[in-house]
Amino acid sequence: MQRDRLIQRWLTDWQRGRLSRRELVRRLGLLGLTSFAITNLLAACGQTQSTPTPASGGTTPSQGTGTPASGTTGIPDYIDPSKLEKELNFYNWSEYIDPDILTEFEQTYGVKVTMDTYASNEDLLAKLQGGATGYDVIVPSDYMVSIMINLGMLEPLDYSIIKTIENIDPENLHAYYDPENTYSVPYMWGTSGYSYDTAALGDDLESWKEVFEPRPEARGKIVMLDDQREVIGAALMYLGYEINETSDEALSRAKELLLAQKPHVLAYSSQNNDDLLVAGEALIAHIWTGDALLAQDEKLSLRYVIPIEGCTVWQDNLCVPKTAPHKYAAMAFIDFLNRPDIAGRNANYIMYGSPNKAAREQGYIDEEVLNNPGVYPPPEVWQRLQWIKDVGEEGALKFDRLWTEIKTS
Amino acid sequence: MAIVEQIGPSERAVTWRERLGDAVRQREGLRALLLAGPGGAWLLFFFLLPTAIVFAYSFARRGPYGTVDWTFTLENYVRFFDWLYIRVFLVSVWLALLTTLICLLIGYPFAFVIARSPRRWRNALLVLVLIPFWTNFLVRTYAIMLLLRSDGLINNALQWLGLIDRPLTMLFTPFAVVLGLVYGYLPFMILPIYASIEKFDFTLVEAAQDLGANTWQVFWRVLLPLTLPGVLAGSILVFIPSVGAFVTPDLLGGGKVVMIANLINQQFLTVRHWPFGSAVSFVLMAIVLAATMLYFRIGETRRI
Amino acid sequence: MTAQAAVTTSTRRPVRRRISTGWTLLWLNVFLTFVFLYAPIIVMSIFSFNASRQMQVWMGFTLDWYVRMLHDERVRVAAENSLIIALVSTAVSTVIGTLTALALERTRFRVKSLYEGAMYLPIIVPEIVMAIALLVFFNLTFQGLDQLFGLRLNFGLGTITIAHIAFSFPFVAVVVRARLADFDRTLEQAAQDLGANDWQTFRYITLPLLMPGIIAGALLAFTLSIDDFVITFFNAGVGSTTLPLEIYGRVRRGITPDVNALSTVLLLASMLLVLSSLALQRRRSS
Repeated sequence: MQRDRLIQRWLTDWQRGRLSRRELVRRLGLLGLTSFAITNLLAACGQTQSTPTPASGGTTPSQGTGTPASGTTGIPDYIDPSKLEKELNFYNWSEYIDPDILTEFEQTYGVKVTMDTYASNEDLLAKLQGGATGYDVIVPSDYMVSIMINLGMLEPLDYSIIKTIENIDPENLHAYYDPENTYSVPYMWGTSGYSYDTAALGDDLESWKEVFEPRPEARGKIVMLDDQREVIGAALMYLGYEINETSDEALSRAKELLLAQKPHVLAYSSQNNDDLLVAGEALIAHIWTGDALLAQDEKLSLRYVIPIEGCTVWQDNLCVPKTAPHKYAAMAFIDFLNRPDIAGRNANYIMYGSPNKAAREQGYIDEEVLNNPGVYPPPEVWQRLQWIKDVGEEGALKFDRLWTEIKTS
Repeated sequence: MAIVEQIGPSERAVTWRERLGDAVRQREGLRALLLAGPGGAWLLFFFLLPTAIVFAYSFARRGPYGTVDWTFTLENYVRFFDWLYIRVFLVSVWLALLTTLICLLIGYPFAFVIARSPRRWRNALLVLVLIPFWTNFLVRTYAIMLLLRSDGLINNALQWLGLIDRPLTMLFTPFAVVLGLVYGYLPFMILPIYASIEKFDFTLVEAAQDLGANTWQVFWRVLLPLTLPGVLAGSILVFIPSVGAFVTPDLLGGGKVVMIANLINQQFLTVRHWPFGSAVSFVLMAIVLAATMLYFRIGETRRI
Repeated sequence: MTAQAAVTTSTRRPVRRRISTGWTLLWLNVFLTFVFLYAPIIVMSIFSFNASRQMQVWMGFTLDWYVRMLHDERVRVAAENSLIIALVSTAVSTVIGTLTALALERTRFRVKSLYEGAMYLPIIVPEIVMAIALLVFFNLTFQGLDQLFGLRLNFGLGTITIAHIAFSFPFVAVVVRARLADFDRTLEQAAQDLGANDWQTFRYITLPLLMPGIIAGALLAFTLSIDDFVITFFNAGVGSTTLPLEIYGRVRRGITPDVNALSTVLLLASMLLVLSSLALQRRRSS
């Protein structure tokens, strides 16, 4: 039933021109429809409304890359097209943006976009610290923004260009790592709770207990994230401490707990946890929101939980490095990404939580996702979300040693 | 033949090439320079120099936020000599030794068969061995994971055949890691051994048999010693990268089998403690280098 | 075969039977090894036709993923880059590696044992160390060149290739050296006695005899380059992506069948190459 409703919703969006055919086909494929079925479905439903005519307005792109895409309003008047550089280098996580959006930006603004990808904040930092230049927009996570600010690597943002910042939910702004949002604009956010199979374990798991002191049927089928701070943090939260606690007493209790848990852990993996859940090899997985949704798409009996003892919240942000060669275009791009319709489409494609309030309120985000409390938790749940923060040199070493002890035991 | 027709150098003009050739032959130094030069230069600039920089890091301190604080210290090396880290090192060496041994046992006979096949087939067979490795390493590793899962193809097949009644736990164990390492490094064993066997003069085998040797003796006392360079080369080429593997133990070991490169990776990336990471790297390099030289020394004496 | 000829001339020994079982076992080993090597590949290929993102259940045959992959611009560019880098790297590494092997086996010079040890270092050093070392080194060099000569170089395919050569040629050297050791020098001596100079000896005697080793080394170098991730990642520039980089990035969201499709295509392309070279050889010899 849920599946059918999803399909219906997507078809409606497509008919209304809010969802591209390509994206629709992709999603139907993810749900397991064969291409034969998809073709039939599309043929049967057709498009009731013709695609909106290309909008006018804004200077035509000097490169002649085509007419502006449908549904947008061209370059806003607070952006000076003559200052736009011809190129933009976007350094992003993999599969973390809808490629159609990049194309639309290229066509509307006349700027050629090249995107490279990385797979972790640490890789990003190591590359930039090693001296790689040439990237205009990067997408570091919360704690990484904090580090980069401290290392003086980021360029202050010009909000006369990034006017769409007003679309962002105030809850997501003014985070601890950049209280004035001098250097960063929130991009996507999520939490790190756990997902489990309701078919095997019932409907009502709510606590970290199920992960750290699992019931017999879950033993040996637990997957944890392969991340020191997340795993030790979860243990700390379960024991009633704060996630950034570094006292010896707290850490040694966490160590005991994690060592006792280890025999029941199938694997420590941040990449395969969703696969293992879907395949049924794992019944419980410590997982990020986006991956949880992806898994849920394929196995509808999965449920994502933000445990009552608390769980980490994290946020990825758009930033401009100091060494960026195309700063004006970079900021115009950030402005573009936060238009409600663009932000909505992006969020639907990536399936993470969007901090763009306007997108939510104007209905650009999938209802299914909007109503999922795992992705957009109600305010009272926000109380128990905690940010992972830098714990200083000594703390970092303690965590590292503890993690090594656990993994090598 | 063209060579025979050239009777004596005094009877024709000496070309510049011959003059160069003579110079090169006579002056050992010049020859060494020409042969060893390119490799040496490349190594110097694109390897030794960069590595020296990292070596310097190992004596520095970790600055705030993971930068490098250039105060001289030995604390990184001291920190390494802790059972926690030494154990990781020993585990890595052990798994790498196992991998090398298995590769040797599988690879030597394999190389032997290829070397004895009709000439036409040899290159093709070699390439057939390598083709799987021209697809992507990650994709192959995931495919291996797929095969090894409890609900994977191998378990399903074994259960269907009635050989087991509960699935074997193969994935996320040291077994899976060794399997993955063997899979990844088998060609590195096969190729050098092949190169060695291929030039082996098989008439020696006949000779030995005429002298009364049985198959085992032929192998142990004739074939093996003369193909030892290939075996040594292959062992080195398998052992050393295996010790330094990190993606394989990470994926196939499920993060539960920590090898030394995982530790180093952790230091460079997660903890951003470049100095400690460098120190561990250099301890690894020093020990492996020493072991390699020892191995070669032994190999050379055995040959005589 | 010479071995079996020996059997018929020797006496009173059931060697024939033993050799047969020996050869059976050997061929069994070869067969099983091929199964071992190709099993994951075959699995991967099968699932590239699976009409479902998941790689567990078979849901029907489809070519959708191939279509998707072919339209994937990023993958195409990455594949091209990977190939170019691999070919250049293999060519240069093979040459340098062979020269180095010759240097080690055929010459004597004072710092030779040091040189020998240094040659093994790229094989020993953990990839991440080499990756970061090169990154820092290139960066410093580019800065220096910029300041001294106003020459602005950048990271890109060039830096990746240089890095690949640096870690590949020692492998080639090791393989070729194995072949050189115990090289029968009497052939070379005979040629020289007949009046050949050094170059001719090398070109017509040594090189052909060395060729299997060189080819083996070249294949190794190619394999190393085309699949490298860590060193490539840290030394790639803006817009220069290779297949391993591209795939590794995507794996974060799970291996989708289009990645499998890509690998299957690579596989088929390689096999096609092999078959065509076999056919060419057969035509040449017949």
